[in-house]
Amino acid sequence: MSARDILDSIEPHFTKGGKFEKYYGLYEMVDTFIYTPSDVTRGKTHVRDGNDLKRTMTFVVIATAFCILMAFYNTGYQANLAMQTLGVETINNWRSIFMDLLGYNPYNPISCLVHGMLYFFPVYITTLAVGGVWEVLFATVRKHEVNEGFLVSSMLYTLILPPDIPLWQVALGISFGIVLGKEVFGGTGKNFLNPALTGRAFLFFAYPASISGDAVWVAVDGYSGATALSLASAGGVEAIQASFSWFQAFLGFIPGSMGETSTLACMLGAAFLLYTRVASYRIIAGVLIGMIVMSTLLNIVGSTSNPMFAMPWYWHMVVGGFAFGTVFMATDPVSAAVTDTGRWIYGCMIGVMIIIIRVINPAFPEGVMLAILFSNMFAPLIDYFVVQANIRRRIKRHA
Amino acid sequence: MEAYISLFVKAVFIENLALSFFLGMCTFLAVSKKISTAMGLGIAVMVVQTLTVPANQFIYQTLLKEDALAWIGITGVDLSFLSLLSCIGMIAAIVQILEMILDKFFPALYQALGIFLPLITVNCAILAGSLFMIERDYNFGESVVYGIGSGFGWALAITVMAGVREKLKYSDIPAALQGLGITFITAGLMSLGFMAFSGIQL
Repeated sequence: MSARDILDSIEPHFTKGGKFEKYYGLYEMVDTFIYTPSDVTRGKTHVRDGNDLKRTMTFVVIATAFCILMAFYNTGYQANLAMQTLGVETINNWRSIFMDLLGYNPYNPISCLVHGMLYFFPVYITTLAVGGVWEVLFATVRKHEVNEGFLVSSMLYTLILPPDIPLWQVALGISFGIVLGKEVFGGTGKNFLNPALTGRAFLFFAYPASISGDAVWVAVDGYSGATALSLASAGGVEAIQASFSWFQAFLGFIPGSMGETSTLACMLGAAFLLYTRVASYRIIAGVLIGMIVMSTLLNIVGSTSNPMFAMPWYWHMVVGGFAFGTVFMATDPVSAAVTDTGRWIYGCMIGVMIIIIRVINPAFPEGVMLAILFSNMFAPLIDYFVVQANIRRRIKRHA
Repeated sequence: MEAYISLFVKAVFIENLALSFFLGMCTFLAVSKKISTAMGLGIAVMVVQTLTVPANQFIYQTLLKEDALAWIGITGVDLSFLSLLSCIGMIAAIVQILEMILDKFFPALYQALGIFLPLITVNCAILAGSLFMIERDYNFGESVVYGIGSGFGWALAITVMAGVREKLKYSDIPAALQGLGITFITAGLMSLGFMAFSGIQL
C-alpha cells in the first residue's frame, strides 16, 4: 500500500462533511508536501509553466544546500579549533556521547561535520516544531493552507542564528517571526517584513547577550571568537587580516552565525536562484552597487577615529551576513519591491544602509538584518512612486 | 554647518518623533490609510513644525527663560513655568494664522492642506518639538533645523506607514485585528526597523 493509497483512503474524513473536516489544512499539508497537487486551471486563462508557490519555495530550500553544508562543517570546525586552542579534551554536554567516539580534531572533516550537525539540528528541529505548531494552528483556525513558505522561513532562520543559542530563545524568536511577522497579516505572501529576519531582530533586541558580542559565535564555553566585523570595528581591516585572510573569509572559515559565513556557498546558491529565476538579479545587483558605491564613498571621506571608514568593498562583501542577506533575504519576493525599477532602488537602499549601519553606527557591528528590515518597510512606498512616475509618463505620451 | 547636518539627521532618523518617541500617534494611525493623504498631512506637519519651533524658541529665550528679561532691565525673574502654556497658545495661533493666509492667498494649497491644519493644532508631535527645543536649549539656528528635521522625520514615518497599509489592503487580516489592531502591530514592527539607527553618535 503506497502513501498515495493511504492518503486517498483517509481523504474523505477530511473533506467537507467528514469527521475531521476542521483539520483539512493538516491533510492538505502532508498531501501536497509529498505529491504534486492535481488542481488545474479552471476557466479561460492558462498557466504557461507549472511554476507554483511550492516549486518556488522548494527551490529556495535547495539553494541553501551549500550554506547548510558549510554550516555543519564550519560550526564543527570552529568549535574543534577553539577546543584545540584552549587545550580542552572533551565537552561536558550530551554531544560528547557522539563526539568522544570521533575525536575533536579540527582537521578531521567527519568530526567537524558531525560536531556541526549536533549544533545545527537541535536548533533546526526546535524551529520546525515550534514554528510548525503555530503554522498548523493558524491554518486550522483560519482555514488557509500550510504551505512551503514555512520551510523556507525556518531554514533561513536557523542559518542566521549563532550555534550556541539557547533553544527556548530559538522557540521564542520563531514564534514572534511566524505569528507577528507573518500570520497576523494572513500567512505567506501577505506580510510586509521578512519573517525569519523579524524573528531574529526580536531576539537581537530582547536577548542581546545570546546573539551579539564576541562569546556566542563559537560553540565552546569560555572561548571568545570575535566575528570579522567586530574585529574590524575595533581595529579596521588590519585587525581582521591578523586573524583571517580574505580567502578564508570568502570560503567561510570564520566565526559567525551558522550559515552565513561562506560567501562562496551563498554565491552558488545565488547562481541556482538566478538560473531558476526565483531571485531577482536586479535586487542582488542593486545591493552590490549600493554597497560598493557607499563603501568607496566612505573610503574617500575617511575618518581618523573610526577604522571602519577605511574598509574596502571587497572586504565588506565577504564578512558578516552580507552575502547571505543579499542572496536569500533581500530577494524574498514578498517583502521586496515588485516593480523592476523599484527593485533596483530597493536593492541600492539595502546596500547603502548596510554600510551606514556597519560603519557609522557604533552600537551594531553588523547591519545586514536591520538594513533589510528597514528597506522592507520602504518597499511599498518605492513601488508606489515608480507606478506614479509610470502613470505620469504615459499620460504625457498620450496627451 | 556640520553640526546642523548632524542635528538634521538625528531629528529625522535617530530621534524620529513617530517611531522612536511614539508621538503624534492619533493622526499617525488615523490618517495613514492613503499615501497621497499621508503625504499631504506630512507636509503640513513639516511646515507648521518649521514655523512653530523657532517661534517658540524666540519667545522662550527672550521672555520666559531665567533672567531672559535682562534686556529690559528686569533680572532674577524665571517665567519658564509658563512655557507649556505659551507653546500651546503659540502653536494654535500660528496654525490659525497660517490657515487664514493659505485660504486668502493660496487657495489651491489650502484645498490640499487645509483639512489637516486643525488636526495639527492638537498634534502632540508639534508640541513635543517645541518642548524638546526648550529642554535641549537650542539656539535659533538649531531650532530652525530641528523644526524642519523633526517635521520631515514625522512626514517620512507616516508616508512609509501609509505605503505599508496600502500593501496590507491585499492581506488577509483576522477579523479581530482589522483596523487599528493591525495598525498598532505595523507601527511596532516599523519601529523595530528604525532601531537600525539607535546608537549612532552624532
